[in-house]
Amino acid sequence: MELTGAEIIIECLKAEDVDYVFGYPGGAVLHIYDAFHKQDDVKHILVRHEQGATHAADGYARSTGKPGVVLVTSGPGATNAVTGIATAYMDSIPMIVITGQVPKPLIGNDAFQEVDSVGITRPIVKHNFLIEDVKDIARVFKQAFFVATTGRPGPVVIDIPKDITAHKVDFKYPEEINMRSYNPTSKGHPGQIKRAVDIVLGAERPMIYTGGGVILGNGSEQLRKFTKKLGYPITQTLMGLGAFPATDRQSLGMLGMHGTYEANMGMHHCDVMIAIGARFDDRVTGNLEKFCPDATIIHVDVDPASISKNVRVDVPIVGEVVQVLDNFNKALEQTDRTPNAAALEKWWNQIDEWRSQDCLKYDRDSETIKPQFVIEKMYEVTKGEAFVTSDVGQHQMYAAQYYGFDEPRRWINSGGLGTMGFGLPSAMGVQLAHPDDLVMCVTGESSIQMCIQELATCTQYGLPLKIINLNNGYMGMVRQWQEFFYDKRYSNSHMDVQPDFSKLAEAYGHVGLKIEKSVDVVPALEEAIVQKDRLVFLDFITDQEENVYPMIPAGAGMNEMILV
Amino acid sequence: MRHIISILLENESGALSRVAGLFSARAYNIESLTVAPTDDSTLSRMTIVTSGTEEIIEQINKQLNKLVDVVKLNDLTQDAHIERELMLIKVQATNEARDEVKRLVEIFRGRIIDVTDTTYTIEITGNGEKLDAFVEALSAITIHEVVRSGLLGISRGDRVLS
Ligand SMILES: Cc1ncc(C[n+]2csc(CCOP(=O)(O)OP(=O)(O)O)c2C)c(N)n1
Ligand SMILES: [Mg+2]
Repeated sequence: MELTGAEIIIECLKAEDVDYVFGYPGGAVLHIYDAFHKQDDVKHILVRHEQGATHAADGYARSTGKPGVVLVTSGPGATNAVTGIATAYMDSIPMIVITGQVPKPLIGNDAFQEVDSVGITRPIVKHNFLIEDVKDIARVFKQAFFVATTGRPGPVVIDIPKDITAHKVDFKYPEEINMRSYNPTSKGHPGQIKRAVDIVLGAERPMIYTGGGVILGNGSEQLRKFTKKLGYPITQTLMGLGAFPATDRQSLGMLGMHGTYEANMGMHHCDVMIAIGARFDDRVTGNLEKFCPDATIIHVDVDPASISKNVRVDVPIVGEVVQVLDNFNKALEQTDRTPNAAALEKWWNQIDEWRSQDCLKYDRDSETIKPQFVIEKMYEVTKGEAFVTSDVGQHQMYAAQYYGFDEPRRWINSGGLGTMGFGLPSAMGVQLAHPDDLVMCVTGESSIQMCIQELATCTQYGLPLKIINLNNGYMGMVRQWQEFFYDKRYSNSHMDVQPDFSKLAEAYGHVGLKIEKSVDVVPALEEAIVQKDRLVFLDFITDQEENVYPMIPAGAGMNEMILV
Repeated sequence: MRHIISILLENESGALSRVAGLFSARAYNIESLTVAPTDDSTLSRMTIVTSGTEEIIEQINKQLNKLVDVVKLNDLTQDAHIERELMLIKVQATNEARDEVKRLVEIFRGRIIDVTDTTYTIEITGNGEKLDAFVEALSAITIHEVVRSGLLGISRGDRVLS
């Protein structure tokens, strides 16, 4: 049967099992919106800004593993989506972004609302397409979903001129995919895997260092088995939290700039490092010249370009984490060799000594609310079972440090790009994907204002988020750097002019509470949870001068942390 | 070190800018870049001359391979290979220079492909050094215009990129 381009787009989304599209209409996508109106298989979530649409789709993707889908108009619609596309790109999140384009005959004429969307997004997508013929829509969608979700995932933009969405052609969704230039499946090399297992079993001071790749590759179960079998310490990056349970004794917590003392010291002194789905980001390694001087490094990653990019590795293994870890686990079962128990005991003693520094201690008896206290109590009240999204700043680090994630895909944050404004809209995507779960957004008074308009989207769709605003009256992370490195010259980092957030929340139809004393923290959190069907905005007025500790200052090695 | 990377890529609008964009975004060096369709019109063959440390060259190869439009690539400099570049050069050819230029063209196995009362236009092929040497040899002559194709490369023997 002949369908219009717009109808074909809907059919493609159905064929890909898309349940939600996050979007905002405009001239170039009116045919597509009309097609949306005539069906209700694919639900459209109307955001209040296109950045919100991308972050919402992103949160949906991170919490489910399925690609998030976005629909925006040409010109400003597309440019507003850019921040969210870059955010997804930096964290390798599968996403499909459909951008309207001016009619094909007008392209290049500086037409109304024309921008070169393919050109603008090229450096921040895994791939992008400009559709030039209605016949190509089905094939391009098939390829786009395939590219976005396989190998190292990432966002894919599909730019569609308006006239093409009105043209008609017979629709058939391709069953097979044929891309000679894209072959993402890779199996770890058996010889390298054997070599790696030998080195792993010979280790005296081993460290397992894992990142977001384990979560993206759904390798949490295999990682647990591997780590438990060996009894080795494990540290996870900001993006990797939850792949291995934070409450397990073998977990040393997060590593890196604001990682734990024991994790960073453990990394620095290890003799064998097993890096899995992590990319040796500069926020993790500190000064590369001082990085892990004694370590033999094994690196497993699905993306060959991540291997030996920043740090030379000794045993590179390119492959899907699940497959490689399965092979590791099999090899460990089949061999008679066991880890070096005596060396391991010594190593754990050393680690426990570092641990006894209690690097995350803070004044728990403070009357003024400490931000760490709010997160700790949030963890207790929710029994660690909430989905937690965050914005960017000190509050993000506190959430990562003090909310112990035991499961993957529960901790949703913008690690690579560090996008303020991510927290609220991404929480919307998480809540839509998990309607019966508790979804909390940890934010700061500055970050929340970057996408605050999405409070209206929450009202429209009845999304009962719990917003934990750690209101220190500053761009805290900026202020901290100014305190440490610019002699407390707080240039433009003071957020002294603020809306009354609880009233603002009420204006949008939500519940708002302002909390100013430590004793009121737990009751407020409990109240928010009791209000099961309402969005509750908790505005915690916290200690203005609190800093995130411990810290590796710029240029220092992982063994040179500043402690409290 | 200098490397010559030969790439087969989809002959699609945008493929060239993906490659060029990768080099500028990651601050890799491009000395020359040539591209044209092959006997299979759906494919283009590109030759890039670049330079960098071994680590950077490894990254360039990996990052290029990641581009969805790139079908295959090969670092020609790792094995025996042939390099060729074409140069068109227009020089002042009056009085005794007319003979002098002709002699040099012969020595360098070039050809004079266009002649006026006052100028010669010369075609010459070879590797980059030969072309540089030719320009150098012309130092006493007035050069009006130099057009170079950028380097083309192919492996020696029966190795093929396909
Ligand atoms: C869009 C964007 N602009 C600027 C920054 C730089 N930046 C990083 S953290 C931060 C301050 C965040 O303040 P707030 O949301 O109040 O969080 P706090 O650090 O106080 O917890 C800023 C401005 C950023 N990450 N993102
Ligand atoms: Mg703040």
